[in-house]
Amino acid sequence: MAIVVQRRDYSLKGPESKRADEKGLASAQWHATPIPRAKMKELMKRKDGPAIRDTLIWFIGLIVLGYLAYLSWGTWWAVPAFFLYGTLYASPGDSRWHECGHGTAFKTPWMNDVVYHIASFCVLRSATPWRWSHARHHTDTIIVGRDPEIITARPPIWKILYMQIFHLYGGPIEIKRFILHTFGKLEEQEKEYIPASEYSKVFREARIYMLIFLAVIAACIFTGSILPAMFTILPTFYGFLLVLTFGVTQHLGLYEDVLDHRLNTRTIYMNRVFRFLYWNMNYHTEHHMFPMVPFHALPKLHEEMKHDCPEARPSLWAALREVIGALRKQKHDPAYVVVKPLPSTALPYRYGPDEDELELTRSEA
Amino acid sequence: MAWVEVCEAGEVEVEDVIRFDQEDRTFAVYRSDKGDYYATDGFCTHGRFHLSEGLVMGKLIECPKHNGRFDITNGAAVRVPACKDLQTYSVKVEAGKVFIDIE
Repeated sequence: MAIVVQRRDYSLKGPESKRADEKGLASAQWHATPIPRAKMKELMKRKDGPAIRDTLIWFIGLIVLGYLAYLSWGTWWAVPAFFLYGTLYASPGDSRWHECGHGTAFKTPWMNDVVYHIASFCVLRSATPWRWSHARHHTDTIIVGRDPEIITARPPIWKILYMQIFHLYGGPIEIKRFILHTFGKLEEQEKEYIPASEYSKVFREARIYMLIFLAVIAACIFTGSILPAMFTILPTFYGFLLVLTFGVTQHLGLYEDVLDHRLNTRTIYMNRVFRFLYWNMNYHTEHHMFPMVPFHALPKLHEEMKHDCPEARPSLWAALREVIGALRKQKHDPAYVVVKPLPSTALPYRYGPDEDELELTRSEA
Repeated sequence: MAWVEVCEAGEVEVEDVIRFDQEDRTFAVYRSDKGDYYATDGFCTHGRFHLSEGLVMGKLIECPKHNGRFDITNGAAVRVPACKDLQTYSVKVEAGKVFIDIE
């Protein structure tokens, strides 16, 4: 017998948004691991040093790899050289956009802002709209109809994931938005989470992005080569693989519509290179539960709260296998999710806003 | 004027914040890096999260949920997503105790 799967409406203006509101899932109280105030204050402390060091490594790395890529242009060596350059352009672009957007990477506010704008451009994200989109993502993490940053629906839309290997789904959407913003307009969905007081900033930033785009296109025409675009705009497409790889491990295959980041967010142990590129966002449950803790303190935060969390996935590869396996199962059974058992020292999972639901999980545990 | 006792002066550390509940109202009482006391409403105006769980940096308080910031001296929202200012309250320290004027 054929199974008919009714897909939910993930838009922010559809019936699911109203449903989330009615069920008490919008702007709700989330589970937080109890951590002594003195320890939290220590973990939340801001520093400039680690982010300055990592930003210098990032920019110097781009200059070195960019020069090697330039030298290789016209030969087959250009393929690996530009792949490495593009990966170093887009992957830290994504994680620096994220951390600087929270304002926690540097102690000095203007440093956060400068790197935020550079990194936003690297991954083609409009700086102000994405700041607001991400605030909503933290308020209503993976709540259908409320969170604008759910990568794909359940059951999964594989076409989106395949296209995103080269940023061919999200990239064109962003370019369409730049054009809209350049002409002083926003998508209806964006008006759901961007306040009107921010519109002029959105339009100004889009016009600056457009000027950069036009300058790069002019440089390509002038030189008769796509080489200028290979260094500035195209890397976000050909270098996107690692951004997608990290991104799909954050929430996919886990619960929707729960009020506990331990159920809808994944923490993974990664090697030092990946942690540099991803700026420790592999400690993603920790980050979602306590977004005030800067990237350099996340490993320490992990130690403080692991007694209350499911065991971290042992590697990126293990996490990817879990995600892909779950997505394949969700194709036929959209309700399928991966749930890892909690240690005996943990508080029970919080599934919804009602205390009854919490009690239910306590007795199940 | 309606002065209400909050706590012993030493209970609020330098560059820290505490929560103070009075009937159905919640306040946040701060000490800046200079050691001065300030008080505002206890919830962030953006997402209604307890500011007492946030981080005091100099004369700023950062909301624990979305990293919005306010100036604790005048309640001004200084970093998005905080856009709406906080209500502030007068504070005095007398006989080693902190009082706020909740009117």
